[in-house]
Amino acid sequence: MTIVQEHWSFDKSLPSDLELGRVAIEELMAALCAAGWEGMDLFRIQMALEEAVVNAIEHGNKRDSNKMVRLFFEVTPQKVVMLISDEGAGFDHRNVADPTTEELIDKPRGRGVMLMRELMGEVVFNDLGNEVTMTKFRSVEVPE
Amino acid sequence: MSTHRRITVSDDGGVSVIRFVDKKIVDSGSIEQLGEELNSLVTVDKRSMILLNFDTVEFMSSAALNKLISLNTKVKAAAGRLKLCCLRAEIKEVFTITRLDRVFDLRKTEADAIAAFKL
Repeated sequence: MTIVQEHWSFDKSLPSDLELGRVAIEELMAALCAAGWEGMDLFRIQMALEEAVVNAIEHGNKRDSNKMVRLFFEVTPQKVVMLISDEGAGFDHRNVADPTTEELIDKPRGRGVMLMRELMGEVVFNDLGNEVTMTKFRSVEVPE
Repeated sequence: MSTHRRITVSDDGGVSVIRFVDKKIVDSGSIEQLGEELNSLVTVDKRSMILLNFDTVEFMSSAALNKLISLNTKVKAAAGRLKLCCLRAEIKEVFTITRLDRVFDLRKTEADAIAAFKL
């Protein structure tokens, strides 16, 4: 019988360092695997989380190591919740330019928020835009 | 010829077939280096037919995707041709979501892509 981790959580504030962010993401991915998550779900979660963490460190905190990024993760076999917040000024998340338009499709930037919204079940920003909460429910397997 | 640490380069009938050293293309330093190496294929090596083979790539962040977009711009400016092949379903989904499947020529196999260069 496979033992599945029923509940795991993580709540840390880290300096704005991409390597520290990456280590935290790897911890989450390991916890998801231990809770029985697999396949496309894992990819989608990692993709969305990479975007959120990089945005917080690079755009929110401008890579200032004196500024902290808070990462809160909660994993069960059916649901994952991820909260990422930074100490930056935020951004206008209600008016993010559509990167799929003809004018922007060739630009090498601006797809992070779109990917987060498409890959996650729910993405909620606070008013200021310096905190995001992403939720995903585990995909149901379609029987063959 | 430029030196490579993030990619390997081989030749197939005039097509430069590029493979990626990293299975997970996510580290920002590696992505910067990858971008430089890809761009040098065009700007230094003057290669005009480039195929990116993703068969070993399990994950790539949007920062890596941005490097591909920059490469595509350089290839087009040099009147060259760029194709991608062997993308896993998860990575192909990212191209679909971002509509980049309309910007890049995506092929299922390397053989398909090589044949398409000859058209």
